Amino acid sequence: MFEHYLNIFITTVFIENIALSLFLGMCTFIAISKKIDAAFGLGIAVIVVCLLTVPLNNLIYNYILREDALTWLGIPGTNLEFVELISYIGVIAAVVQILEMFLDKYVPALYNALGQFLPLITVNCAILGASLFMIEKDLLFVESIVYGFGAGFGWALAIVVLAGIREKLKYSDIPDGLKGLGATFIIVGLMSFGFMSFGGISL
Amino acid sequence: MNLKRYKEVVLKPLIDENPITLQILGICSALAVTNNLAVTLVMCVAVISVISFSNLFISIIRNYIPSSIRIIVQMTIIASLVIVVDELLKAYDYETSKKLSVFVGLIITNCIVMGRAEAFAMKEKPLLSFFDGLGNGIGYSIILIGVAVIRELFGSGTLFGYEILPLVSNGGWYMGNNLLLLPPSSFIIIGLFIWAIRSIKSAQIENDEFEIKPHSTVPDLTKREINV
Repeated sequence: MFEHYLNIFITTVFIENIALSLFLGMCTFIAISKKIDAAFGLGIAVIVVCLLTVPLNNLIYNYILREDALTWLGIPGTNLEFVELISYIGVIAAVVQILEMFLDKYVPALYNALGQFLPLITVNCAILGASLFMIEKDLLFVESIVYGFGAGFGWALAIVVLAGIREKLKYSDIPDGLKGLGATFIIVGLMSFGFMSFGGISL
Repeated sequence: MNLKRYKEVVLKPLIDENPITLQILGICSALAVTNNLAVTLVMCVAVISVISFSNLFISIIRNYIPSSIRIIVQMTIIASLVIVVDELLKAYDYETSKKLSVFVGLIITNCIVMGRAEAFAMKEKPLLSFFDGLGNGIGYSIILIGVAVIRELFGSGTLFGYEILPLVSNGGWYMGNNLLLLPPSSFIIIGLFIWAIRSIKSAQIENDEFEIKPHSTVPDLTKREINV
């Protein structure tokens, strides 16, 4: 059983890395990767939000939205799948908002570190993408917890690595037109080719 | 009605303020879908319609949205529009909808849509916002279609599935570049696009974050001792 969860985790972190293999959350990935500190903060925020929203959305899907899911309430024959997008984004927006208020009140140190990144996360496609891929893979509840953590962790790993590379490249002599954004795109492309080499590994 | 202004909001995002190559918006949901021109076109149409209409609707009600909950209101409007697009696609083009999988849903979090709603539609009149959405959507599509043409033509020798460069495996002469069929190649192609655009439009070049100081002491070559 443990092996199965470990396998899901390794697959989501390396083989199906949410940033470098599925290309989700790219806007923030490229925009906020100039400094390692900022990248690290954002990475942690993504891990926490993914860990919370993916299992929550899993419950919502399995007990409310899915075909015939309302049988436990005694209402058979329902199919609410057409509202799934709006419910997931609602859950994500709500969780981010609650997390922000909670951290502000109880863990001010962490709030100050993460504060500015939290609102950004609502519109980060990595979070919504993780929920949607979780539905597509049809995971069970416990699996979805592992998947959520893995997805966040993989994204955080990727952005910290990219920030490290960009900090190193700061003083290198790049052609004018490629400076900044252009070079970053090419680096991400090369990193993502690198991550493709993990393909096919299974435990 | 100020036609010049309309022209400006439509044309500016095409190259000068392109959402992908300058504003870093909307890269997210698009890269994985560019290996096939037909699928890319569907994606572009979906994005253009969502962004123009979300701009239109948000601009219509812009004076009634309390600023503290505006993100949620914008999200709801955008999500509803995406659901409509998604359902239409499932109904009329199921094959493409399968290929796009979750990426249609991800238009919701496509930052172009949110970004334009926040930066433009909340301030400007409805019709003007509609055209701003149109312009940004087209600017996004230009890059996407450019990437898709390169990837499909040189990767598998076809365009829209029709053979343009006959592949060696089909008895032709062209050896397909399999690297281009892999998703990461689209990053490198976009990187090169940015290079090309910035070589022409030098105003977009980013400055270095540091300055090299001039040499503090100039070596005096005449006084150098030569040890033989």
